[in-house]
Amino acid sequence: MKKEWFTISVYAENNVGLLNRISGIFLKRHINIESLNVSKSEIENVSKFTIVVNTTEDWTRKIVQQIEKQIEVIKAFFHDDDEIIYQESALFKVASHLLFDERQIQNIIKESNSQIVTVSRDFFVLAKSGRRHEIDEMHEALLPYGIMQFVRSGRIAVSKAEMPISKLLKNFYQD
Amino acid sequence: METLKEKNKDAKKTTAMKVSGAEAIIHCLLAEGVDILYGYPGGAIMPVYDELYKFQDKLTHILTRHEQGATHAAQGFARVTGRVGVAMATSGPGATNLVTGLADAQIDSTPMVCITGQVTRHLLGSDAFQETDIIGISTPVTKWNYQITKAEEIPEILAKAFYIARSGRPGPVLVDITKNAQFDELDFSYEHCTGIRSYNPVPKPNTEAIDAAAKLINEAKKPMIVFGQGVILGQAEDELKELIEKSGIPAAWTILGLSALDSDHPLNVGMVGMHGNYAPNMLTNECDVLIAIGMRFDDRVTGNLDTYAKQAKVIHFEIDPAEINKNVTADVAVLGNSKETLGMILPKIKENKHEAWHNEFKKRYKIEFDAVIKDELHPTKEGMTMAEVINEINTASGHKAVIVSDVGQHQMIACRYSKFKQSKSNITSGGLGTMGFALPAAIGAKMGAMDREVVAIIGDGGYQMTIQELGTIFQNKTPVKIVVLNNEHLGMVRQWQELFFESRYASTVMSNPNFVKIAEGYDITAKKITDRKDLKATIAEMLASKDAYFLEVRVEKEDNVFPMIPSGASVSDIRLK
Ligand SMILES: Cc1ncc(C[n+]2csc(CCOP(=O)(O)OP(=O)(O)O)c2C)c(N)n1
Repeated sequence: MKKEWFTISVYAENNVGLLNRISGIFLKRHINIESLNVSKSEIENVSKFTIVVNTTEDWTRKIVQQIEKQIEVIKAFFHDDDEIIYQESALFKVASHLLFDERQIQNIIKESNSQIVTVSRDFFVLAKSGRRHEIDEMHEALLPYGIMQFVRSGRIAVSKAEMPISKLLKNFYQD
Repeated sequence: METLKEKNKDAKKTTAMKVSGAEAIIHCLLAEGVDILYGYPGGAIMPVYDELYKFQDKLTHILTRHEQGATHAAQGFARVTGRVGVAMATSGPGATNLVTGLADAQIDSTPMVCITGQVTRHLLGSDAFQETDIIGISTPVTKWNYQITKAEEIPEILAKAFYIARSGRPGPVLVDITKNAQFDELDFSYEHCTGIRSYNPVPKPNTEAIDAAAKLINEAKKPMIVFGQGVILGQAEDELKELIEKSGIPAAWTILGLSALDSDHPLNVGMVGMHGNYAPNMLTNECDVLIAIGMRFDDRVTGNLDTYAKQAKVIHFEIDPAEINKNVTADVAVLGNSKETLGMILPKIKENKHEAWHNEFKKRYKIEFDAVIKDELHPTKEGMTMAEVINEINTASGHKAVIVSDVGQHQMIACRYSKFKQSKSNITSGGLGTMGFALPAAIGAKMGAMDREVVAIIGDGGYQMTIQELGTIFQNKTPVKIVVLNNEHLGMVRQWQELFFESRYASTVMSNPNFVKIAEGYDITAKKITDRKDLKATIAEMLASKDAYFLEVRVEKEDNVFPMIPSGASVSDIRLK
């Protein structure tokens, strides 16, 4: 079976040990976590893990089954790229003099749709949100001028279809 | 099956009182119906031991001789009673010694709660004396674990621990409790846990899946059942029997399913897997519908998955959704507790007899009998076979004994040749294959079933992995019967070396001590026999003994267990010699 990109969304109780438990499931099967993001979700006190993997659908399903089995996990889903709206964000720290010395820098900022977050005497910081390839393109464009620091976040995603967590939780309290 | 509503009914709340965390732990255990636990004290758990001392009339603590022994004893207790086994240890080395038992309980779905002491809260993360990250270490081998650092957390977390350990697909839970939480006071009140919103222990059966399964079963020409421990854990033995009898379908078992169905039931066609019976292994690849009940298609059962039951439609009755399509793709998956799902399908099953198909099993049994079983049970050679010893124990105990086996050749022989009339009678380390399991597990099993005969069957290798538990037997006068089948080798590994490594016996030859003297040192009646003519009488003497008894039987040194599916081969490539 062919490898594809899948985004796994995990709704879980806030719990210190859970990340360890979840990462262990990937470790056991030698599946690389391409990106990981943990944040709060639309539901109070429920956190959301967004995990990107590049593997077969079969393996992804098996991993999701194992994740869902963990006591603190409310529900886990997986989607291919067509089924979600997704982004990553990146920060570029660049030397300030380039803004004045290199005319091309201005164009890169404009064309990449990025924002200047801060400017100081020595450096300025550009923020860019978007698809991985857009961030990569911007990275490539800035590279010849020198990037002092670069960081890119994990993918965050929302699904086009519903993820009925509230309903699930409501059922629990009614039963 | 326990539903939330039923459980709420008796979820009584005790009224608040001020107690120390350590005392609260005892009250929690008592509230969960615990009357016995296994463990070993040490610095970080001493406040709890102090309370155990005060509560010794209500709660028996069995001091094992090693924490691993405590976990296996708790497992043996759990497996024979169906209740949660409890083990306790101190921090650091005490806690790490629990890991093998946790892993064993995890893979064999045994309900167990382990409580460990931990260094005091403000020392966490400082590499304090006997500090170890047991939460990190035990995460992959527990169903759930949690570190308590405040006394007030104790009642809620322990209630959760017991609920998680026993509900749904059971498993081990570890609760690590810092010393300050044991000393500090709390307002104690206890409420049983009846549900956790992120955890759905028993999926609701889907009636469409039941109908689809019934249709496949009713239309099948050559159906076969393979059942596992899920039948025992779900207490579905009666339903299984009814299903088999009504449908006329031959039923085989995995090593953990053994004893769920009477061994002498005419439709019981034996064991599947690496050293299972010839007929069910061969016919797995000829049946048209394979009905798997409470089993997980372990690789020791399936052999090569690419050639496993490819011709068959597969129905999988299972409580754990993560098992569905994990190894074998199910055409119909029936999720739920086995008692409930089998109960639901029974009225939809048409009465049938599959005589011609059943005869195929009988024919192959005859082949196996002539090629293997006859010589095993009635050997013509001089040395004794493991099978004749097992058979004698089994017959002499009227097939009523609980058989606790260790890991290796003797385990396979014990499972192949023991016959059972009662469920929960075969206790062995199936998934993990933990040598050293049997002796401590037999102690726990005996304490869980004092009215039953408990016989441990152990190899000379595995015996020496937990031999120190003779001390536990001695101190508690636990009347277990211990049989060591001594072949002076790590037999199972030697067998593989003979078959697959051109008989290069690397580190599998054992020179053994005088086991009889060792047992006698613990005041246990002990005998060694080397001659077949003494077998019957000595076993009779052993079974008649009211006290613990040690019997060493010298068996053939280089016997092999057959049939055998070489690892990675297909179930139908099973070898008879
Ligand atoms: C803790 C542990 N270590 C190693 C093994 C690997 N192993 C499996 S069977 C076996 C030999 C067991 O020998 P013995 O206890 O004498 O029993 P026999 O096979 O001779 O009946 C070994 C070493 C194991 N299963 N468990």
